[in-house]
Order: sequence, then C-alpha cells, then structure tokens
Amino acid sequence: MNLTLFVWRQKDAEDKGRMERYEAKEINSHMSFLEMLDVVNEDLTEKGQDPIAFDHDCREGICGTCSLMINGTAHGPEPGTTVCQLHMRHFKDGDAIYIEPWRARAFPVIKDLVVDRTALDRIMYSGGFVSVNTGVTVDANAIPIPKSESDKAMDASSCIGCGACVASCKNASAMLFVAAKVSQFAHLPQGKVERTSRVRSMVAQMSAEGFGGCTNFFECEAVCPKEISVDTIAKLNREYMMARIKVK
Amino acid sequence: MKLDAKTPSGPLAEKWDKHKFEMKLVNPANKRKFTIIVVGSGLAGGAGAASLAELGYNVLCFCYQDSPRRAHSISAQGGINASKNYQNDGDSDYRLFYDTIKGGDFRSREANVYRLAQVSSNIIDQCAAQGVPFAREYGGLLANRSFGGAQVSRTFYARGQTGQQLLLGAYSALSRQIGRGQVKMFPRTEMIDVVVIDGRACGIVVRDMVTGKINSYAADAVVLATGGYANVFYLSTNAKGCNVTAAYRAYKRGALFADPCFTQIHPTCIPVSGEYQSKLTLMSESLRNDGRIWVPAKADDSRRAADIPEGERDYYLERKYPSFGNLSPRDISSRSAMEVCDEGRGIGATGRGVYLDFADAIGRLGEDVIRERYGNLFHMYEKITGENPYLQPMHIYPAAHYTMGGLWVDYNLESTIPGLFVVGEANFSDHGANRLGASALMQGLADGYFILPYTIGDFLGRSGPSGIGTEHGEFGNVESETKERTERLLTIGGKQTVDSFHRELGKIMWEYCGMTRNEAGLKKALEMIPVLRDRFWQDVLVPGVGEELNQSLERAGRVADFLEFGELMCHDALNRTESCGAHFREEYQTEEGEAVRNDKKFTNVSAWKFEGADTSPSLHVENLEFENVHLATRSYK
Repeated sequence: MNLTLFVWRQKDAEDKGRMERYEAKEINSHMSFLEMLDVVNEDLTEKGQDPIAFDHDCREGICGTCSLMINGTAHGPEPGTTVCQLHMRHFKDGDAIYIEPWRARAFPVIKDLVVDRTALDRIMYSGGFVSVNTGVTVDANAIPIPKSESDKAMDASSCIGCGACVASCKNASAMLFVAAKVSQFAHLPQGKVERTSRVRSMVAQMSAEGFGGCTNFFECEAVCPKEISVDTIAKLNREYMMARIKVK
Repeated sequence: MKLDAKTPSGPLAEKWDKHKFEMKLVNPANKRKFTIIVVGSGLAGGAGAASLAELGYNVLCFCYQDSPRRAHSISAQGGINASKNYQNDGDSDYRLFYDTIKGGDFRSREANVYRLAQVSSNIIDQCAAQGVPFAREYGGLLANRSFGGAQVSRTFYARGQTGQQLLLGAYSALSRQIGRGQVKMFPRTEMIDVVVIDGRACGIVVRDMVTGKINSYAADAVVLATGGYANVFYLSTNAKGCNVTAAYRAYKRGALFADPCFTQIHPTCIPVSGEYQSKLTLMSESLRNDGRIWVPAKADDSRRAADIPEGERDYYLERKYPSFGNLSPRDISSRSAMEVCDEGRGIGATGRGVYLDFADAIGRLGEDVIRERYGNLFHMYEKITGENPYLQPMHIYPAAHYTMGGLWVDYNLESTIPGLFVVGEANFSDHGANRLGASALMQGLADGYFILPYTIGDFLGRSGPSGIGTEHGEFGNVESETKERTERLLTIGGKQTVDSFHRELGKIMWEYCGMTRNEAGLKKALEMIPVLRDRFWQDVLVPGVGEELNQSLERAGRVADFLEFGELMCHDALNRTESCGAHFREEYQTEEGEAVRNDKKFTNVSAWKFEGADTSPSLHVENLEFENVHLATRSYK
C-alpha cells in the first residue's frame, strides 16, 4: 500500500516546528506502524535527508517508550494498543496519516516526535513506592491478600507510563497515571502504612509539574493501551479526600 | 592470566554464609564517602542501585532509555523461579540448584548457582513487600506455575507481565532513593567507555543523548548491568536499544569476555513474516504448560490445522521427550522445531513455524480458564498476527533471545578489572550453556538485591576510595578517543544505512553462529565479518551531527561494536569443539541428534582477552569443578 504522511518536524526544543509531507511507498500490511516509519527513514537517509526521530524500544507493547499521536489519537486508531503493536493492516491504501508528538506543557518536545516525559518519573520519585529496604522482609506468604484485591492491584499496576492519558486529555492531566499507582497500593496491605503521605505527595508533584486537573471526560481511559479503568481515578479521589481529612 | 574465581572453601550450602562473614565491612559513617556508578536500570541495575543507596553509598545510575522504568527486563513475561516449595511438591534449594546446573549442561560454576538458589526465596519476599502483585490463590497465598526444564511448580508470576511488575518493584525502590537524593539518575545517557587507571575502574565516559555532549563521571567502583547482546543477530526478542557496547568497551579495556558463543534461542516466538521486520516477539514459555506443540506427520501438508486429524499429527516433543514433553528445555525444544521444519514439515507461509495448540486445554479447562492464565499473551498474539489463537493454534518458531555469555566475573561478581562489577545478563556466571525459563529475572534480582551490596562493600573496604576525579588525564584521553570515533562515523558519508549493515551482520550470525554451528560455517563467518566491517567503516551513512539527538549515530556506535563482537562470538564457537546446551556444533551429536559434550576438554569457561585491534584475542580458561553434581549426559526423555 502507498500512504501520504504528514509528520511533525522540530529540530529541537527551541525550534518552532512544522508539518512536513512524506510518501510511504510499498508498505506491507503486516508491518507495524514503527516498521513503516523505519522504511520511510531508511529512504530519507539514503536521500541525504534527516530521518524522523521517534521514541521506541521494546516494540512489544510493554516498555511504554513509543508515543505517537496518529490522526489525532494517542497510539492511533486501535483501542488497547501501543503504537509499536499497531499494524498497517488497520490502514487503507492511499490513506493520509497525520503523525504528531504528545502535546502537553509538562512534556516538552525534544526533537520531532520525541518528548520529555521525566515529569512522570518525578511524580514517582515523590512517593510512588512502598518504603521497604532490601532484606528486611517477612515471608511472602505471611501477607495473604484476597485474590480479588490482588487482581485489582494487578489491573492498576499494568500501567506502562507511556503518557497517552496526558496526551489525550484536554487538560493534559496525569490523573490516570497517578491513579493507577495509588490504586495499586491502595488495594494491597503493603501500601497501607504510607497511603496518606503517598497520595498527598504524588498529587502535589503532579500539580507542580504543570499537569492539569481531571474534569471527567475519560479520554484517558479511551486511549490507554493497557485499558486502565477510570475507576482508579475514583479510587485516587477517595484516597486523596481521606488524606486531606486526616491532615485536618 | 590465571582466573581466580575466589570461590569460598567449605561445603556448598555454607559457602555464601562463610563468605559473607569473611568479607570486609564498611562502617555506616564511611559509606557516604564512596560513590558507585551503576550503568543500567533493569532488574540487576535498578535493584543494585537502590540497595546500595539504602546502605548509604552515593550512587550515580545511568540508562539509555528516557526513564529507568523502561529497561528491557520489563518485557519478560512468564515468571521468576524460587525454591519456596509452597506447592509441597518436593522443591528445595538443592533441587533448584541441580535443575539449573543440569539445564546449563554443566557449564556454569557450582558455587554461584547454589547461591542463586539460596537467595531465590528472599527475592520473592522482597518483591511481595514492595507491593509486586504476584498471582494469588483464592486463599490469599501466592500461586505458582511450572516452567521448562523443571518438574516442580516453582515459578511465581504476575499474569504474563512478570518482568514488568518486578521491574516496577525495583524501579519503585530506586525511585525512593532518587527522591531522597541518594541516587542521581541520568536517563537518556549512554555509556561509551570505561576509564581504567592503574588497573582499577575509576569511572565512565558517556554521551548525553539529547545534547550529544560527551561527559565523564568518576567513582570508587563501577557496576555494569547492561543486559545481553542478542541484537548481534539483528532480529531478536530484545528491545531495539539493547547492545553490547558497554560490555565490549570494558573488554577492550581489559575485562575478559566469557563464553560469548552461548546464546539462547527461545523456542516460542512469533515467526518472521518479512524482510522489513525489525524484531521478533516472544510468546511466554509458560504457554507450554497448556499448549501442545505439533506439526503435520508428513511433509508438505498444506491442509489447515483443523483439517489434520489427530493420527496425522506429530506431537514431536511429547514423542521424543515423554517425561518433560512440551516443557523440555529451550535449547532442545528450539532445535527440535528446526529439525521438523528442515524435514519440510514446518507450517505457515515460510515453512518456518510449528503449531502451539490450545484446543485440548480449552476443551479440558474451558476458555475462561485459559483466558485467565494467558489472556494478555493471546491478545498480543492476535494483535501481531491478526489471527485468533482461541480458534486456531498459534504459529511459533525459535528466535535469538538471551545471552548466557558475558563479561567474566568471579564469585564476587567482579570482572578482571578491579572495581568493575558486572551483574545480571551482562555477566556470564549462572546459566552455563543454556538458561532455564524464569531464571533470568531471578539472577538479575539476586545479583542486584542480595549479592552486589555485600561484595562491593568488601571491595571498597579493602581498597578504600580511589581518590581519582575526572580531572585525571586519563578521563580526558578516553573522552578524546570517544569524540574522534563519533567524528569518524559522522564523516564517512557513505551510501549504506546503519541498519542495512546491521541486518547483513545479523544474517551472517544467524546462518553460521545461530541455532547450530559447524566448523566450515564458522570459518566462513570469520572471513565475512571483517569484510563487512571494512565496508561499514568506508561506506556507512550517518546523517546529522554529534551535538544533538541523533538516533542514527547512536545505532552506528552500537553496530560498530557488534561488528567486532560478532567475530569474537564465532571465534569462541569455533574453539569449543563440543556441543553443550545452546551451543550445538553439528560435528558433535549422537545419532538421535542429541548434543555430545567433551567433558575432558571443555569442562571450563572460555574467557577471551583483547590483545589489540589487529591481533587475535588470547584464550584463558577457568576450569569448572563439579564436586556436588556428577557430570552426566543431560536427558529429558
């Protein structure tokens, strides 16, 4: 199949950036979207042009590195899928495809389609953990956890930290990301001791990084490649409210 | 050079305790005077950096990804072994040790492997305490499943995302220390070289991948936790960024490289579909618990799977290895798949595939149970292939996966360069010639959480601070070499892209140093690789400049190292005139196609020393002693 691509090109953080048009020729429908970009890049390189910079690593849908806005949707048209697991069979010959980086104040563009998502890490550094030192633990079976609770923790902890939730939110809110982590620990006995301080610091850091608030549009859930539920946001709100009451 | 493994004396089960007592300690108040560099933030690096910081050391942690949470350990699906014996099915430290030694075809060091089994239980406790959501039984206790190469159920898991959950556990421990300021994290920073002064590792030279700036960092010890080199094959199950550069640079600075030819081919990957393909996706080995592997009994059978009656199917693993069946170890399962495809019985468009069939399991357990156990894997398979594995069997084929070889380390995980420690997949120590499933995560975390914090303390206690900062001239020298090399890559201005060279190298490696090897093929590869390398340095095309984010330049540096490293691998494979584990030399096999070891000559580790660009590396041997397990022919029949 042959496609026309409109790709966001931006030399560095200072550059203004613009859309550029490229032709992707003889694309096999079994290719992943990133393999299609590889082919385009090989072609650009051979023609002496600068290849398109984009983030990717595992290409198995789990590392959370890839991050493209495709035709206005984070990770493209397939629900529950990262870009690296999006295949060209979901496009038609002759399609025009618009490819842009995540856009959020807290995610500055580094180059072309590559953005800086370290704001999400800083939220984690502020409290997204159970404070336990190496080697001071009890036997794992000494902490029994009901399967239903453990499953809910697992659902929440499948978040890959890609930032699609932020990119799709009109407020650029990182609420689903924070909610996933808070919810994971809220369902586990190990997380209970620090629940108050954790949620307070993570929410405070989220605001400090310039992410917006949640106004219940649920765009985040719609694009989340791991299908994290907005129920986690409800859980986050409850945890946060409890934490505020406790402090007062 | 005499390779001293520094294995403690005494009975196997007491070695580690004895050693821990004999090691020097660093007074808590003195720990803050030491700085340790950790390169890599996966299971071994992340766990190690966090644990060292908890002890009070200043840690500088580097990773090439944009966040430490993205290290490739995250992709492991199936599980992590531990000898908890929660299932009451006869497991013990000794049995885990025994299975691992046997699985590795008697080419790993007994004392290291026993220690791995010993600390395995602590790992599960540690991770559970961090809030890793392991699978649970209805009674609230931890669930287990079985994995290839073992007859007990000792694998702990978190759906099909065990690697992700364990990594997030280590990342959260690391996050806590970064938040406290005890770890300084350097994401998007690639280690380009190690700096060795007066025979001691004193720091590293890195490239900031955003600005392109070359910088130096000094420390009292350096830890490499930089993963494996399976991307030498171009197509592998590794993340695209995985590379050999850090390990290879350390090799060029004097660290010995052990058993580079031991590379594991994973039996259950989604087959290659076309030339454009950039990587191979693994389907967890845990699928073999319930999936049955088969091909048509006769060659060139083009019927659909459903149209082939039971009597005309060959469940070849169950037939050849009745006691382990579909759970036979990876090397054996992979080679068996290749054999049936060579016989013309492979399936799919390319004929390079076999069926992994869940029809029986779905009939026996119901679709819901299968969905509960493997749902996300089935989902992933459907995404990639466009076929529904609940309705028709999966197509799978072996692919390059894990590398057992790595930098040589002693019992303390220290390389032959004092002060340079190597952990996780980047070292060679625990898996011998073949790694059993669910053992990689175990080793990474064992090294990072429970071994390195002790042994590095011993080193620092004995050696004291290095007293060397980046103002030392050697840092400047290494920086200049790095800059020259970058400049050279950028100014060749040839015609061929970096990836096209990488693909060419991958084909040579897969063809001649892949699932099976023989003398003629290896010799041929050893002629082809230098020719390809010369062409690379004359004709590669690296666009852009050094002082910016330049992904082509990043790849060029890595491929340049792979082009040298591939040759070292072939050298090693040619030298090891026996078959063992994943290293299958065609000249050494039984009539039934089983590996034939040469224990007289090769009960050892081949460790290679760099002797200069135009000289062959020299071979140094560590003899392996088996005092507790009798060397026996591996049988899974």
